[in-house]
Amino acid sequence: MAKVTQIRVGAPAVVPPFDADDGRNPGTKFDPAPVRDVRINRSAIERRAATMGTRRTVKKDWQAAWLVHAVKTIDLTTLSGDDTVGTVKRLCTKARQPIRQQLLADLGLADLKLHTGAVCVYHTFVKTAVEALEGSGIPVAAVSTGFPAGLTPFPQKIEEIKASVKDGASEIDIVISRGHVLTGNWRGLYDEVKAFRDACGPAHMKAIIATGELGTLKNIGRASIVCMQAGSDFIKTSTGKEPTNATIGGSLVMVRAIRQYYEQTGHKVGFKPAGGIRSAKQALEWLILMKEELGDEWMQPHLFRIGASALVNDIERQLEHYAYGRYASMQYQSLG
Amino acid sequence: MKVAQILKTLEYGPAPEAAKPALDWIAEHDGKFGIFINGKWRDPSSKEWFDSINPSNNKKLARVAQASKKDVDDAVKAARAAFKGWSSTPGHIRARYLYAIARQVQKHSRLFAVLETMDNGKPIRETRDIDIPLVARHFYHHAGWAQLADTEMRDYQPLGVVGQIIPWNFPLLMLSWKIAPALAMGNTVVLKPAELTSLTALLFAEICASVGLPAGVVNFVTGDGKTGAAIVEHAGIDKIAFTGSTEVGRIIRRATAGTGKKLSLELGGKSPFIVFDDADLDSAVEGVVDAIWFNQGQVCCAGSRLLVQEGVAEKVYKKLRARMEKMRLGDPLDKGIDIGAIVDTNQLKQIQDKVARGVEEGATLMQPSWANALPAGGCYFPPTVLTNVGPASSVVQQEIFGPVLAAMTFRTPEEAVKLANNTRYGLAATIWSEDINLALDIATQIKAGTVWINSTNLLDAAAGFGGYRESGFGREGGKEGLYEYAKPLHADASLLSPLRGREAGREGAAKHKTLTSTAISSTKALKTPANSAFSTSAKTPKSPVPAQAGTQFALNSVPVDRTAKLFIGGKQTRPDGGLSINIYGPNKNLIGEVGAGNRKDIRNAVEAARAAANGWAKATAHNRAQVIYFMAENLAARAVEFANRLMHQTGCTKANADSEVEASISALFTAAAWADKYDGRIHGTPYRNVTLAMNEPMGVVGMLMPDDHPLLALATLAGTALAMGNTMVVVPSPKHPLTATDLYQVLETSDVPHGTFNIVTGDRDELAKTLSEHDDVDSVWYFDNSAGSSEGQTAVQKASAGNMKRTWVLGLTGATGALPSVDEVLREATQVKNVWVPYGA
Repeated sequence: MAKVTQIRVGAPAVVPPFDADDGRNPGTKFDPAPVRDVRINRSAIERRAATMGTRRTVKKDWQAAWLVHAVKTIDLTTLSGDDTVGTVKRLCTKARQPIRQQLLADLGLADLKLHTGAVCVYHTFVKTAVEALEGSGIPVAAVSTGFPAGLTPFPQKIEEIKASVKDGASEIDIVISRGHVLTGNWRGLYDEVKAFRDACGPAHMKAIIATGELGTLKNIGRASIVCMQAGSDFIKTSTGKEPTNATIGGSLVMVRAIRQYYEQTGHKVGFKPAGGIRSAKQALEWLILMKEELGDEWMQPHLFRIGASALVNDIERQLEHYAYGRYASMQYQSLG
Repeated sequence: MKVAQILKTLEYGPAPEAAKPALDWIAEHDGKFGIFINGKWRDPSSKEWFDSINPSNNKKLARVAQASKKDVDDAVKAARAAFKGWSSTPGHIRARYLYAIARQVQKHSRLFAVLETMDNGKPIRETRDIDIPLVARHFYHHAGWAQLADTEMRDYQPLGVVGQIIPWNFPLLMLSWKIAPALAMGNTVVLKPAELTSLTALLFAEICASVGLPAGVVNFVTGDGKTGAAIVEHAGIDKIAFTGSTEVGRIIRRATAGTGKKLSLELGGKSPFIVFDDADLDSAVEGVVDAIWFNQGQVCCAGSRLLVQEGVAEKVYKKLRARMEKMRLGDPLDKGIDIGAIVDTNQLKQIQDKVARGVEEGATLMQPSWANALPAGGCYFPPTVLTNVGPASSVVQQEIFGPVLAAMTFRTPEEAVKLANNTRYGLAATIWSEDINLALDIATQIKAGTVWINSTNLLDAAAGFGGYRESGFGREGGKEGLYEYAKPLHADASLLSPLRGREAGREGAAKHKTLTSTAISSTKALKTPANSAFSTSAKTPKSPVPAQAGTQFALNSVPVDRTAKLFIGGKQTRPDGGLSINIYGPNKNLIGEVGAGNRKDIRNAVEAARAAANGWAKATAHNRAQVIYFMAENLAARAVEFANRLMHQTGCTKANADSEVEASISALFTAAAWADKYDGRIHGTPYRNVTLAMNEPMGVVGMLMPDDHPLLALATLAGTALAMGNTMVVVPSPKHPLTATDLYQVLETSDVPHGTFNIVTGDRDELAKTLSEHDDVDSVWYFDNSAGSSEGQTAVQKASAGNMKRTWVLGLTGATGALPSVDEVLREATQVKNVWVPYGA
């Protein structure tokens, strides 16, 4: 616990990962009415999603600034079966220095202490990451509760959360039981996520609803609402392990649910798309989505994260092109 | 440094599309354009040019030619000269040209998009992603129709030279809607772009030249309303296609009345946008963006009247306010702009005035916080919602043609329909609900040519687009649109020979004769020598020959006096004026009297027809067919009586009279048969949806009957209209009205619902005028026996401009084949409504 506090204190002042405990979503009682009232028209959602990136764009200086900003929102992630202490440490150095200092200087951002929004790992590597990031102010997020399928026994899920928090994770990315959604057991889903939230204690909880496994956009909307009622600080699209990753359409449903929940309760819940977001252009599309549907505050790391690994490198390439006017090569960019 | 600054605010910043390609193209022409006639560019004979202005900065873009009457005349001559060659060009070759045009449009799409945006003021996002792709799509689609014309339209032929006048809101798109089907069907074209936005049409002319389109097939004359008028009035033009305001459409209707020019009009609208409380409200609000803030609201089918269910109204307004705030207005060439410039200062002023008037009338103005900080130097108007308005408000009644939404509430589905239809227009409608049961119910009740469910402003070449009511007539797109550019190859000669196949006289005459005998022997009324008479007629259909005086038929006793009355609302009624008209036979002998119906009788008949319209249209097709079969049955039972009447009135031979009765019974069978077979279509539009093209009845049809074949005309025309679900006010032939007055006894015994079939005898042309002027009549069919056009036809079409009702006027001469084909009657009896139903779990 002490370690968690320490990380917060040490965080640079630009925008803290989270405001403070009282800025968190405390959740509400289980309320089936807004769940029942969800209306999602898939075709209309798809039309809006398809034009999200064609109605808005950022170019030149604005594009560079937005891309630098995107780096701040990245949960730099490694969730592979072959992860080792070595690869996790390497990732952490990338999180501390996602864009090389010279390039930042050439962009006029020499003083910007740029780092990613967090580092996201399996429980096994929480300690490694916490140590590697010590003093950087970068939080460590742990995927949990039987990630990715979420089918381990419930008591073990709770234990897993507690263990990660104990090891120093200040953010926990839980997975929901898709079965609750698919069978309409909203009460069950609420109780499960609420229990996870309680287990998280001071750590912030991101609820992965696994959009690719919920069957319909309507289910995405309903699951989002229940997870927010149960006190999720973030709702997150995917584990990255489902056949369908984050989509703008599914995200649109989720961010609109966030807006509705905010209008109804006054609590701000963050959004994290994850899975398949590899290009700078995609990152901009999601930022546009946040700006258009939720507003500027929801573009900031305390309310917006992108779960990604290779994305940083593509952003760096685009920034190089912007700064130097020529196309970049990967050999000039540090591996994560 | 700048990046560091932006990092704090995360603003969008400018993202301009380069104007250079368009400016270069204009510069290549020294900023001045001629007209394109017979494949060549030339100066206008007026030697006058006018400026084309970029409305985003009010700066001059180029000089455009003012084509004169003489130029129009030259263009028509060139088109006429090219017609023979083009119309006889094989469909496949025409398809290749259209395909090439589509390709060229795609290849130069960015230039077209930028030029359109600069000339019109609409955002580059729209020209790039919507206008220009739809243009290419329209030519691809119609390349397909050209390819298939020889088979799919084999009974039709091109019209000739087509004059087309298009508006400024979708300059190139409207051009494609006009030119593609015209060329596909083998017509040649004289087109005038809107004076405010001529440039993309001129670039398009270059494409026509570059693909080697034969000279004269498409001619472009630029200019103002005078040039348009010269096209409308030109005697050498066979059809006028116009898209624009209802006001100008009305002028064109009057100007072309009685000229025989075919006419299609796509006019104004005040389309309802209905949001039910079970809708996906966020998506519905996004729909509003696409409905009224698309193209600055300068869209004829814009959803400009928001009807929202009362319980969710405040919620929706709140969402609208928030959404409006996020809209970005500014330089249309900026890729991140939603709302560009209004087309010119004049249009801007009209919008400002109309909104100001709305506010004076008590409307509450809702605009984004930035509404007072519009860019200087251009024609800009902010997105606007007006609440606290009602159907009586001017902003609800009038088309504003700007980014202005008038918002009202309703309580029940029934009320939503009532409010939606409470308008002079009928172009489009939008319905938002997650309940398909509800949405489709509303869709069928709205009077509009296009209904979008849970979507809006979806347009595609494969679906017909066009209006009901004062929004005009004719369809553009889809197969239904092709008929606007084609006419029947030959009149259907089969009507008088009901037992012959449609491929008349081809083969199997003997077989048909057998059929004939069978059919006739089973008909009680025709045990007479009618058999041979019938066969004769079937072989050589021709005008009935007046009978020798009294040789065929004679009264052999003193007849009981019969009083032929009017038939209104299912009742035999005496004429309002209490006057009768003498009816004479072929030998000037008095054979009876009919009531002299007047305008009040017409008023009553229309009222009865209107009252019956909804019920009859909703009756199942099977049900309607049963009624019409029953009519045929009862007519057959009285065959001798009707044949005698025909002889008595027209002096025709008994053989011909019998044959006409038989043909009429058959025509009623045909009408009944079609009742449940004149299917709509499902168009292959490129969305995940079903686009249902439904044939709906016209509504109340006024029918002025021809003199020839009084019974057959009634059976064919009225029978078919009835089968399609219309109700009617029939004015029988003034020469032979007694057949019609006899018919009401058949109607009375055939379960024909009261009010569906009304008969008013009297002075045909006088009653025609009353019917044509009547605002509650949806269509007027006028047939007389002139060889071509007549005063009566002219009067009908002129008067129809009042409510822009459809008209169908024909001079039916004595030739038996002159009655229109059933195909045509079916089409005139219906209007196509396209209902877009997207789906997705």
